[in-house]
Amino acid sequence: MSEPLLKVEGIQAKYGDFIAVHSATLDVPEGKIVSLIGSNGAGKSTLMDTVAGLHRPSAGKVYFKGEDITGLPAEKIVTRGLSLVPQGSRCFIRMSVEDNLIMGSFPKGVRAKAKDNLEKVYNLFPVLKEKRNDASGSLSGGQRQMVAVGRALMTDPELVLFDEISLGLAPTVIKDIYATIKRLNKETGITVLLVEQDTQRAMKTGELCHVMLKGEVVLSGPPRELGDDEIKKAYFGI
Amino acid sequence: MQVIQLIINGILLGGIYAVLGVGMTMIFGIVKLTNLAHGEFVILGAYGSTLLAQALGVDPILTLIVTIPCMFLIGMGLQTGLINRVMLKGSEPALLVTFGLSIILQDAMLLLFTADARHAGAAYSSTILKIGGINIALLDIILLVISLVTILILTMFLNKTYMGRSIRATSDDTQAASLMGVSVKKTYAIAMGIALATAAVAGLCIGLKWTFYASSGGSYLLIAFGVVVIGGMGSIPGTLVAGLVFGLAQVIGGANYGLLVSYILLIIMLAVRPQGLFSK
Ligand SMILES: Nc1ncnc2c1ncn2[C@@H]1O[C@H](COP(=O)(O)OP(=O)(O)OP(=O)(O)O)[C@@H](O)[C@H]1O
Ligand SMILES: [Mg+2]
Repeated sequence: MSEPLLKVEGIQAKYGDFIAVHSATLDVPEGKIVSLIGSNGAGKSTLMDTVAGLHRPSAGKVYFKGEDITGLPAEKIVTRGLSLVPQGSRCFIRMSVEDNLIMGSFPKGVRAKAKDNLEKVYNLFPVLKEKRNDASGSLSGGQRQMVAVGRALMTDPELVLFDEISLGLAPTVIKDIYATIKRLNKETGITVLLVEQDTQRAMKTGELCHVMLKGEVVLSGPPRELGDDEIKKAYFGI
Repeated sequence: MQVIQLIINGILLGGIYAVLGVGMTMIFGIVKLTNLAHGEFVILGAYGSTLLAQALGVDPILTLIVTIPCMFLIGMGLQTGLINRVMLKGSEPALLVTFGLSIILQDAMLLLFTADARHAGAAYSSTILKIGGINIALLDIILLVISLVTILILTMFLNKTYMGRSIRATSDDTQAASLMGVSVKKTYAIAMGIALATAAVAGLCIGLKWTFYASSGGSYLLIAFGVVVIGGMGSIPGTLVAGLVFGLAQVIGGANYGLLVSYILLIIMLAVRPQGLFSK
């Protein structure tokens, strides 16, 4: 097997003295859709923020494309082709939809492609083209997630981390966004790490599944090999 | 006729007030900091323009070519070397630092430039235009144009350039901005640089229109603060409208009650619509 695109080794992350992630180790192979599941407070977001450079780890290593990116700030990591869609979409609410998307081409290396990438995002989410001049704060939750996904795609990433994009959305909207992500992965070869709370959906979408419990990755493998029961046990810690 | 004259005077004054407030509102909206030294920076800009124009024998407006970049660099240096560091410890220490800065700047200017009153004179300083029974000072029109152009350029910069968008994005969500490749500290430094550049413009206007002293910063800080609050703490179009409102209030109150009327307005505003005219 070749070197995974993303390699997380024994990452520890704290908020003050509180250890939110004890020792997380996981791989994301290139070109795959990988899911990361875990219940509330398992440390999924903390781990994603740490990988993307929003949070500095207190121990462990993160390798992306074989290079050590541990502790680099987020603004440096994104230029290497790793993009995070943070939990809760985090749109620039006072900016228009189009300005939000254009922010994705802020890194100097992708500015030349801004026009093309914008068209691609509008093709992916036609509703955003209709609302291009509206403030993103006036959009529905699903549309905001589309803006957040589009904005991340504008950075021309090789790996996108999606942190619970299904949170609070209607099932049909979730289905649409997941279908779009699958299509992207097939057509452009983008590697995907999906954070989920819904084990069913995660097992259906991911080719590889990691389960997090109380700040550690306790189980990893292809969902079919692991089986329902084992995943549920790991998820609930029983 | 008198009413029209009054309104025109208020608008003319409002332009200067808007440019006084715009730098402060930017720092408030983007860096989330009340810059208590803003008034001193305006006076520093006024000294820069006045003394430079005298020394070189040129029109004071031309000195902006020098004062704007100088003030921009001072702002960037200040944010990078001092305020960014202090802000790691929280926003109260940063507020105190700007207060300390205002005192240091005021004393330094007193030492360097003495306690004498200063004024920047220009060829057109006392030209009065009479239009249909209404008197307008040519200087006031020039200052209004300078103020409006400054605010227009700033607005276009914020809306149409990558740098401008990154500044707005940072003001909405610093973490999301950094995920887009934006260095928050660098953005803060640029924002402070721009704020001081607008202070240079405001200083020029004040030097041309009034006499000023090393100790004048405080009263201009109060005006800027009023404009920031009425305009909606961080909104640039809001600043323009608030400047005009403040200018009108000042003129209506006249020489004796101008400030009083302005601040009564400010207090009513805070009570009725604390988020300002243009804030959501
Ligand atoms: N900013 C913070 N300050 C202090 N503690 C935090 C902070 N953010 C998260 N935590 C704590 O860290 C732990 C892990 O939180 P995290 O958000 O990473 O979990 P999660 O798996 O993403 O949960 P969810 O599915 O609810 O989003 C929790 O116990 C939480 O209370
Ligand atoms: Mg989370």
